[in-house]
Amino acid sequence: METISVDVRFINPFIRSVHNVFKTMCRLEPRVGKPYVKVSEEPYADVSGVIGFSGDASGSIVLTFMFDAASKIATAFAGVPITPEHRDFADAIGELANMVAGNAKKEFGEGLSISISLPNVIVGSHHAISPSKSHSIIIVPCETDMGSFNVEVSMVMEKKSVAAKAQPVGAAV
Amino acid sequence: MKVMLVDDSRTIRNIQRNVLSQLGYTDIVEAGDGVEALARMAEGMPELMLIDWNMPNMDGITLVRKIRETNKTIPLIMVTTEAEKTRVIEAIKAGVNNYCIKPFTVESLGEKINQTLGKATAAATA
Repeated sequence: METISVDVRFINPFIRSVHNVFKTMCRLEPRVGKPYVKVSEEPYADVSGVIGFSGDASGSIVLTFMFDAASKIATAFAGVPITPEHRDFADAIGELANMVAGNAKKEFGEGLSISISLPNVIVGSHHAISPSKSHSIIIVPCETDMGSFNVEVSMVMEKKSVAAKAQPVGAAV
Repeated sequence: MKVMLVDDSRTIRNIQRNVLSQLGYTDIVEAGDGVEALARMAEGMPELMLIDWNMPNMDGITLVRKIRETNKTIPLIMVTTEAEKTRVIEAIKAGVNNYCIKPFTVESLGEKINQTLGKATAAATA
C-alpha cells in the first residue's frame, strides 16, 4: 500500500464548504466519506461542474454527479423541478460548484490572492475526468438523502500563506 | 419599486426573484452580466440592484464602479461567493451599500434587502 501526503488546507475547506452550501441552499446534510486519491478515470459521471483556481493557489474543483442525483439536488437547490433536459440544469450544477469553490477559497489563508473561474459544466452520460499527470486529484465522496456525488479536488499552493500552516496527513491509496 | 437582479446564473436570479416576491417586490428586471445591466439601466433606472461579482463580459465590481461614476444614491447589494475580507472592503470602497455572501438563506437575503432599503431611505430623508 502506497501512502501519499495530502495537504488538509485544500481538503477540509472544501468539506466544510460542501456542508455549508448544501445545507443552506438545498436543505441537505451531506455525509462525507473518506477522501482518496484518484488513480484512474473512475468514478465516471453524467454531470460535472468545474471551477478553476488561479493566483497564489491554482488547480480545480469538480462536483460530479450521476443524472438522478444531479436532478434531485438541482431541484432542491432551485426550488422547482429540474430534469437533465431543463434549460437551467447545467446552470444549477455550475452555480453549486461556484458556491462550493468560493466558500472554500476564503479558508485557504488571508493574504493569498486567488481567483476562481466562471463555472463550466460537462453533461454527458458516463464521462470520465482523467487524473492529471502532474497533480493528484483527491476525491471526497459525499452521500445525501437525494443521492451521492463526489468532490474532486486538485490544488497546488503557489505561495505560502502567512496565516495558514501546512498540516499534511497521510492518505492511503 | 423596480429591482434589478444581475447574475450570470438564471437559477440564482430565480431564487432571488422568489425572495423579493415574498418581500412584496414584483417589479423585477434581470441581467446576465454588467454590460446587459448597463443597457437595462438606460431603459429605466431600478431603485435597488443585487449584483453578482464573477460574471462574463463585465464583472460586478466593474459594474458598481461604473454606476457610482454617475449615480451615488441607488442602493447596491453585492451578492457573491467572494467571501474574503479584502473583497468585502474592495466592494465597499467601490460603492456597494451592503454585501451578502452566497450561500444565503431566504431570511438572510431578505434581511440584507430590508436593511439596505432602510438605510437608503434614512439617508435620503436625512
